[in-house]
Formats: sequence, structure tokens, C-alpha cells
Amino acid sequence: MTSAAMAGAKRRTGRSTGRILPILTVLLAIIAIWYAGAVWMNATWVRDQAARADTVLTTSELVRQTLMLERPVLPAPHQVAAGLWEGVAGQKITSKRSLVWHGWITLSATLAGFAIGTAAGILLAVGIVHNRAMDQSVMPWAVASQTVPILAIAPMVIVVFASMGVTGLLPKAMIAAWLSFFPVLVGMVKGLRTPDAMQLDLMHSWHASRAQQFWRLRLPSSLPYLFASLKVAIAAALVGTIVGELPAGATAGLGARLLSGSYYGQTVQIWAALFAAAMLAALLVMLIGALERLTLRRMGLAR
Amino acid sequence: MIDTAVVQARDLSLTFSTADGPVHALKDVSLTIDQGDFVSFIGPSGCGKTTFLRAVAALETPTAGTLAVAGMTPDEARRRRAYGYVFQAPGLYPWRTIAGNISLPLEIMGFSRADRQQRTQRVLDLVDLAGFGGKFPWQLSGGMQQRASIARALAFDADILLMDEPFGALDEIVRDRLNEALLDLWKKTGKTIGFVTHSIPEAVYLSTRIVVMSPRPGRITRVIDSPLPRDRPLEIRDTPEFIALAQQVRDGLREGHSYD
Ligand SMILES: Nc1ncnc2c1ncn2[C@@H]1O[C@H](COP(=O)(O)OP(=O)(O)O)[C@@H](O)[C@H]1O
Ligand SMILES: [Mg+2]
Repeated sequence: MTSAAMAGAKRRTGRSTGRILPILTVLLAIIAIWYAGAVWMNATWVRDQAARADTVLTTSELVRQTLMLERPVLPAPHQVAAGLWEGVAGQKITSKRSLVWHGWITLSATLAGFAIGTAAGILLAVGIVHNRAMDQSVMPWAVASQTVPILAIAPMVIVVFASMGVTGLLPKAMIAAWLSFFPVLVGMVKGLRTPDAMQLDLMHSWHASRAQQFWRLRLPSSLPYLFASLKVAIAAALVGTIVGELPAGATAGLGARLLSGSYYGQTVQIWAALFAAAMLAALLVMLIGALERLTLRRMGLAR
Repeated sequence: MIDTAVVQARDLSLTFSTADGPVHALKDVSLTIDQGDFVSFIGPSGCGKTTFLRAVAALETPTAGTLAVAGMTPDEARRRRAYGYVFQAPGLYPWRTIAGNISLPLEIMGFSRADRQQRTQRVLDLVDLAGFGGKFPWQLSGGMQQRASIARALAFDADILLMDEPFGALDEIVRDRLNEALLDLWKKTGKTIGFVTHSIPEAVYLSTRIVVMSPRPGRITRVIDSPLPRDRPLEIRDTPEFIALAQQVRDGLREGHSYD
């Protein structure tokens, strides 16, 4: 290894420990608070049980019991971790109790909705930038569409689709698309309008067509904005999908898992599904982030 | 006479209507630029230098008078790609290499790939950037970026080069070098150049004709034909002829300026 490469490696590890330490500290604090909360919130029930059995609990016994209830008010971190592990690794992934299976159901609808929403957002943005009538008419409707509470709309969408005999992925993807087209639309309108007057004058001086102007100038200029919106959009798509899985009748997906957990008081199951969803969201956002870095670096837009 | 006129403006006026009322950017401007001329426009801010150049480029539309570019209306001339325009900022695309940037107008105009490569190479040589074609804009200094933008304007062989304060953002030393390079390029290519500047020495050093303008309303106060030879080493700036010419320009500027 050359000395320069070694210095580079040293700098890299230095930077990563510098970044990991604060994250770790926060994580530990959260876990500590969580444990305290679990003890505090589950203590009432444990005390009631003890009183009914006419036993007196020492403090350590009380704490021990609050952290291993079967249906705690607030499950402790290790219980959620165990629930997650059990759901991910303790089942065949084709089992209806497997979080991987439910996760895949949710993920597929999320990706489908994200694709539809992104395409719709980009197309509408292109229309808005190139057409005066659309410029003046589309945005208010787009904004209005987002002010409708999705929790109220979702069951209707599911029911309407079901009445046409369509169930499963598509209705959920439509809800996901509903939520995810908006950030893409807003980001792309802004992005497609970033080229300044001089850039547009140059294009005009070369007698460029609108199509040439779009493909060679507007679209590449808009990519940083597109990626920023895509990160918001994929997270929104996941939320939309899960909301679409909540209405009664759904049996598959992380949303359904959340719901059935709450029916049966399976708080550990709820939290495990919740964490699975959060991790899925983080993974998706990170994936887009990686794609963004790759693309923008190749385009010389990120340094 | 008429057939050598590349730009011919007669009683040209251009009024912008703004929220604060009309702005007379150009009023009754008459000017003829001949084939192969190097014409500089000089004058205080707001006297319509940019507006005149943009009108020639069909980026603005005059409100009165006539304007012919290469014997056509400005817009026809634009459609026929009769001119290359250089702005104060290089405006290179960060996602394209220098060669990619130069080849951009060629792609738009439908030149073949081989032709594009050959032309890009030629203009890179012309602006002394041979070997930098594969670099990205951010890897080049400001002066080099501006040379690349000049190369881009030259690549499609327009007869007219319109330059709006192309070196205005650069320091004196770089500017001197680029002035020399531009003169050299002008002699080699025989192009007709319209050049906006704030600097008297720059205008005198480069031009065959100097157009002095004054603001409110924007108009031409003096057109000075330069007696300097076409071959101009930088040292010509110390000759009595040069200094006298600069004095003439300065007088023209002063006379157009009402200190109100
Ligand atoms: N697009 C525009 N709209 C309104 N006023 C303008 C516009 N462009 C230029 N002007 C005005 O026209 C006048 C001449 O401007 P310009 O040609 O840019 O001057 P110069 O390049 O000599 O500094 C100025 O008063 C300027 O404010
Ligand atoms: Mg100007």
C-alpha cells in the first residue's frame, strides 16, 4: 500500500467513526428511554396482577416482569427485536406469519405505486412547463388532491376497485401513486425551470427545437431536483401502501399485520411490523440516495 | 456598398414597457457594420449595448426602424445560424466535457458525428485549448472556460460573432491574453465581430470601429474609425496613435454623459 493510499484509508475510517459515534450515542439514549418507558407503562398491570395474587414484588422483580409480558402496553426493545427476528428468520418466507412475505407484498405495491406516481408527476411537470393552460390549471388541483385526508380516501379506493373485481396490488398502488406523484411534480416543475435566461437564449440562438431544449438542457438540469423528490416520493408511496392495507379485509402486507396485531392486542407484532416498515423505508430512501450520488457524480453535478 | 453590410440598422428604436413606464433602451440608432469589421460598443451601463446586440441576434424585437442582418431579417438570420453569441458567463453544461459542450450546437444543428469531432478539434485548436476536450468545465479556469464558450460559438462557422462583455468577469492579465488571442482569431477567420465592453483600452486595442453610446434614451453619440493597423502587438497600446484614440473615446463618453 502506498503512503498516499494509507493516508486516504485512515482519513476514511476517521470520517466514518466521526459519523458513527453521534448516531450510536443517540441510539443508546433512545433505547434507554424506551426501556424506562416500557417499565413505567407496563408497571400498573404487573402491580395489579401481583395484588390479585396477593404477592408483594421487589423492585427488581417488578422491572423484570414488566419487560417480559406477553401483551405489554409498550413492548421492550428486546421483545420487539425478538419479534422481528422471529418474523424474518423464524418462518418460511412463504408463510403468512413471515414478515418477509408481508414485506414483499407491501414492497411490490409500493414500487408499483411509486413508478406510476413518478411517471405521472414527471409528465404533469413537463406539461406545466411547456403549456400555458396546464401551467395555470394543474397545480391547484394537484395541491387539492394532497389536502384530502388519505385515511378517508383509501377505504373508498379499495371498495371502488373491489366492486370492479380488482383487488390486491393495484388498488394499493393507486393510493401510493396518489401520495407520491405530488413531490415529484413539485420538484420537477422547479427542476425543469432551473435553466436561466442565458441558457435558454443560447438554445434559441442555435435555433434549437423545444424537444432539443428539453432533452439536452431542461431534463439534465432537473435531475438533482428529481432525485430529492424521489426520496420523499418513495417514503410517501410506502405510507400510502400501508394505509391501503389497513381497511378491513386486507390479510396481506405490513399494514394488515399492523391491523391484525391491534385486533388481538399483539403489541409485539404491531411494533415488529412497524419497525419492518421503517427499515424498508430507510432502505428504499438509501437506495435512491445511492443512485443519486452515482448519477450526479457521473454528470459532474456533485463534487 | 450594401452587399458588404453585415448588419444594417436604420432609425432603430427599442422600448421596453415596464411597470414603471416605458424604458427607451434604444432610440433612433443607425449603424452599418461591414464584412470583416471588428466593432466595439462602449458606454455607461444601461445605454443599450446589450439590447442592440440582442436585437441583432433576434433575442429582442425592435419597436421601430429597420434592422437587416446578412441581408435578412434578424430572425431569418438566426434561423440560418448566421451568428454565434458569447455571453459574459461561459454557460457551459457541467455534465458535458469541454468537447461535449462545443459539440452541443453542432448536435442541435444536425452535423454528422465525424463532422462534429473534426470541427470541435479545429475550434479547440483555434482557442488554444487542444488537449482539454476531455476535461469537465469545473476542471478549467475561468479564462479557459470563456475560451471554450468562444470555441462553441465558432464551431458552426457563423460569419458573425456577437460578444457581450465576454471578458468582463476576468482579471486584467487573463484579459490581455484573451484580447490578443481574439485578435489573432479574428485575423485568421475573417469574421465580423460585434463586441460589447466597458473598457476603453480593450475597445481601442481590438476594434476597427468604436461605437460610443449614451443612456436615457440609449443612442449612439460617436462612431470612431480606428487608424490602427490590423496587426496589433500588445505594445501598440503605448504608441501615441493608440493614446490619442483612447482620448477620443473618452471625450465621446464624456460628451454623452449628462451628470444629472
Ligand atoms: N428585458 C428588459 N425589460 C425591461 N427593461 C430592460 C430589459 N432589458 C434591458 N432593459 C433596460 O434597457 C436599458 C438598456 O439596457 P442594456 O441594453 O442592458 O444596457 P447595457 O448593456 O448598455 O448596460 C436599461 O435601462 C435596462 O434597464
Ligand atoms: Mg449589458
